[in-house]
Amino acid sequence: MNPESLPEQARRAWAVAKKDIRIYYLKGPVLIFGVFMPVFLFLAFYMGGRDLPLAFLIPGLVGMTLFFSATAVSPAIFPWEGSAKTLERLAACPISIEAIVLGDMIASALFGIGITLITVLIGVGVGLPVLHVDILFIALFLGACCFSALGTLLAVPPTNVPSNIMMLSSLLKFPLVFISGIFVPLAEMPRWGLPLAAISPLTYFCDLARYCFSGAHYFPVTLDIGLLALFAVVLSIATMYFHRKTMPRRL
Amino acid sequence: MTDIISAQDLVKTFGRNRAVDGVSFAVGEGEIFGFLGPNGAGKTTTTRMLTGVIPPDSGTATVLGHDIRKKPVLAKQGFGVVPETSNAYTDLSAWQNMMLMGELYGLPRRLAEKRASDLLVTVGLLGNKEQKVQAYSKGMKQRLILAMALVHDPKVLFLDEPTGGLDVQSTQMILSLLRDKNREGMTIFLTTHNMEEANRLCHRVAIIRHGKIVAIDAPEKLKMAIDRVHRIEVSFDRGVPGEALGEVSGVIAVNRIGDKYRLDVLSRDTAIRSLVAFAASNNLQIVTLNTLAPTLDDAFLRLTQEGGS
Ligand SMILES: Nc1ncnc2c1ncn2[C@@H]1O[C@H](COP(=O)(O)OP(=O)(O)OP(=O)(O)O)[C@@H](O)[C@H]1O
Ligand SMILES: [Mg+2]
Repeated sequence: MNPESLPEQARRAWAVAKKDIRIYYLKGPVLIFGVFMPVFLFLAFYMGGRDLPLAFLIPGLVGMTLFFSATAVSPAIFPWEGSAKTLERLAACPISIEAIVLGDMIASALFGIGITLITVLIGVGVGLPVLHVDILFIALFLGACCFSALGTLLAVPPTNVPSNIMMLSSLLKFPLVFISGIFVPLAEMPRWGLPLAAISPLTYFCDLARYCFSGAHYFPVTLDIGLLALFAVVLSIATMYFHRKTMPRRL
Repeated sequence: MTDIISAQDLVKTFGRNRAVDGVSFAVGEGEIFGFLGPNGAGKTTTTRMLTGVIPPDSGTATVLGHDIRKKPVLAKQGFGVVPETSNAYTDLSAWQNMMLMGELYGLPRRLAEKRASDLLVTVGLLGNKEQKVQAYSKGMKQRLILAMALVHDPKVLFLDEPTGGLDVQSTQMILSLLRDKNREGMTIFLTTHNMEEANRLCHRVAIIRHGKIVAIDAPEKLKMAIDRVHRIEVSFDRGVPGEALGEVSGVIAVNRIGDKYRLDVLSRDTAIRSLVAFAASNNLQIVTLNTLAPTLDDAFLRLTQEGGS
């Protein structure tokens, strides 16, 4: 066994992910938040008197659920572990910082996908069929990678106070939702809106989700997939790079 | 003897505070190396640099031949760490913590399970293995952390005050486990405030003060080094005039304390030999003969206070 090899580090990342899921995700409040979020989002937007057609609303909600669930917990894990001194334990173990970050990403991606499937089921339940199951799964996978990388990227500032990070991440997360074509179709966006939408990975995910549920889309499907994959790769590399830089300052 | 741990000119500065200021030493295979120093001397900071938790500002550290900065994963694979602050995952059970360690060190599941249950038996926690660590007492946590550090059967073990705040039983359990492991060939780097512990356990100790090493030697030699004048207490079956004792070769001063004489001598060896000869030639029986060694405490206090701060 070569402890430095990629498969070995990937296995250790999986150990970190399992630990994260046990400790941070399979917790009553987190699970309740996760399960109720899709339901409340649906009730708020559907019953809330807005006249959005289901075929437009549901893909947007799928996007929001994936985005919020995959970024819900991960920004706080590093600060938590820093203050509980368990990060020091990980730092003394033969696992690279990149693999620790990957582990956190895997856990948040799995949580995101799990919760988002509830929204998908709500969509199916209210009579909206999934036209392209295969594309939906690709989109969910890439989107989850993207947003979980974004979530861990938000944890980069080396504070060990989780609430600071949570404030900061809310400040960044909400604007992203508004520029990503969730409430306003991309085609109807004002001129200044489109360039903003183009820098948000959530835009491409929602576009894909609309395609899966209704067949309608703004960008070509392959472009959506390609850009989502690119975002996932770039964000993953960025979060690993920055964590390597700031990790020593947490310890 | 090959060097298992080596530190060269380690420096770490926090703001304006030079916590570690050019520390160098080497630890040989199979050694128990004690690292002593007053609070804030830089022991923990040195240990954290050696174990790759924080990077040094300058200097290098190698463990098992791997540079901790350049080949951190390879170096870390070979050692276990018991950090200063308890840090098992409190939301996991002891067993889950042990399994997590096994996975982080890349052990096959079976082997990890076998080692984990053996170790939990050794540290007396098998009965509580399904309990969350949250509910553990300090001593239980510390024993668990030691077991966690041993799950991959490391060649080297770093411990930062492993017995701080523990009762006699937990302390003894930990120390005897360390002694056993050392007998099996494990090299041990031990930070401690407990002189008695260092004295009984360590082959060599380093004493650090204000981030600098002020002495490295075997505990016995350190004790001897601080006092060039040694003390012997002797008593005979009948009274002896003090002046007669004063003439025994090697004796500098004589104090009578009760029925004993306390002698200041230059060399213990010469003094004891001449005392025996003195007793024989005067038809005296030696009832007691004690050498009063300076304790490691004395050595420590002397070395860490000398020259003021
Ligand atoms: N993360 C940190 N940030 C700032 N200063 C630090 C940090 N860690 C240690 N120091 C400082 O470095 C110095 C050495 O600390 P260190 O913890 O190494 O001492 P120590 O020898 O382990 O002491 P103790 O016996 O109390 O454990 C202290 O002055 C401490 O205040
Ligand atoms: Mg310390």
